[in-house]
Amino acid sequence: MTTQTRWRERLAPWVAVLALILVWEATVRLFDVPPFIFPSASATAQALVTFAGPIGMHSWQTFWTTMAGFGLGVAVGLVLGLIIGSSRFLYHACYPLLVGFNAIPKVAFVPILVVWFGIGSVPAILTAFLICFFPIVVNVATGLATLEPELEDVLRVLGARRLDVLLKVGLPRSLPYFFASLKIAITLAFVGTVVSETVASNQGIGYLMMSAGSQMRMSLVFAGLIVISAMAMVMYELFALLEKRMTGWAHRGQR
Amino acid sequence: MAFVDFDRVSLAYDSSGNAIEDISLSIEEGEFVAFVGPSGCGKSTFMKLCTGLHGPTGGSVRVDGEPVSGPLKICGMAFQSANLLPWRTTLDNVLLPLEIVEPYRRQFRRRRTEFEGWARELLRTVGLEGYEEQYPWQLSGGMQQRASICRALIHRPRLLMLDEPFAALDAFTREELWCVLRDLWEAQRFTVVLVTHDLREAAFLADTVYVMSRRPGRILEARPIDFPRPRPLEMTFEASFTTLVQALRSRIGDIRSGGEVRS
Repeated sequence: MTTQTRWRERLAPWVAVLALILVWEATVRLFDVPPFIFPSASATAQALVTFAGPIGMHSWQTFWTTMAGFGLGVAVGLVLGLIIGSSRFLYHACYPLLVGFNAIPKVAFVPILVVWFGIGSVPAILTAFLICFFPIVVNVATGLATLEPELEDVLRVLGARRLDVLLKVGLPRSLPYFFASLKIAITLAFVGTVVSETVASNQGIGYLMMSAGSQMRMSLVFAGLIVISAMAMVMYELFALLEKRMTGWAHRGQR
Repeated sequence: MAFVDFDRVSLAYDSSGNAIEDISLSIEEGEFVAFVGPSGCGKSTFMKLCTGLHGPTGGSVRVDGEPVSGPLKICGMAFQSANLLPWRTTLDNVLLPLEIVEPYRRQFRRRRTEFEGWARELLRTVGLEGYEEQYPWQLSGGMQQRASICRALIHRPRLLMLDEPFAALDAFTREELWCVLRDLWEAQRFTVVLVTHDLREAAFLADTVYVMSRRPGRILEARPIDFPRPRPLEMTFEASFTTLVQALRSRIGDIRSGGEVRS
């Protein structure tokens, strides 16, 4: 790959963002849309600057609750995935249950969580956790369950115990699956937190958007949207980088 | 008593009938035997019985005088696909058995440099010198298979089980690896059980070729191969060798066409 094409590839996402903003600004101006329905890009940017203080505070709230829920999801997802993936019986027993659980809209859990834990950070953390642990479980379990039987024979004939096979082969082999699922899980965790905040909180970006919307301050609502997606993008890229670092051997085709 | 001793062994995986049936044979220590037969004749089942990965449903299997009751640690195995771990270098792949099998497992940390020496030496003898730090996906198929054979031999097994190890390679690489295996065996004289579809391979390498029937697999013939050793590759072009391969070939042909052998 030449340096020129590499630069072009690196710049492409920024150009796409810029193009979207331009189209957005142009559309709003051209059709003269009132700002309380659809604020222009410049108005949103202005809101971002004007309300930088409160936005910063609420984003921090959203960020740490999301990370807490995500951390919980990773821990539980990893353990559950390991247990389910290393036993054929458990895999078959638990999989339908997990699929059923995953199909429940997580917003339906929020009222229950509020009854149990009250309004605030706890329901947000738990919603983020509930929504993000599933892909981790499925990926880790699949990574373990699809182990080549010949490879297992090679180790078993040496007298390897189940734990040996898990540590030497199963775990490293499922790492690419695990890191791939982290990228999905982190964005889902943001969804969970914000959903919970809109329904049951008085802090966080979700709450900020909700209250700004009820006052018809649409530019602030859009500012909130942009902050959420920016946070999710940064975290996604962070985990993509981590994935590349940890499991480079699995991405050899893309070097 | 023979090193590997099968006495009227049968194995049925389920109620659909025996995978292999009434097999009696004995393999001497240091002998090189090959199993040939039509596909699905239970050759791989035989391997599982021999290594203790599976127990027989009838008869008895004894290895080194002891009845086989679980996985045998004196075995090394290699299969058609090299199955190297992509996150380990070639050297670390070859070292893997030493991290698992006793008594090396307990000594692994202490004797690591010594073990690495063994692995490098073994890799050198199969022509992989200089590739120790490469990852498996940086090697060609033939090189991967060489490394796989090294992995099977690193813990100095007394019994080497090879399940169609060269089947996925091109003809030239295959013949090259025959010679690699021949030289390793000449030098160390472990016992080899080679399962293959390739009659030339069987005749070139083995002391005894066992011909198996269709499922349920039975031993139809044990043919001793008495070409003098060491055998040069050119031997495979001589008339006596070709005649032998043809005789084996027609035997297998009979089995494939004649359903009346046993259904």
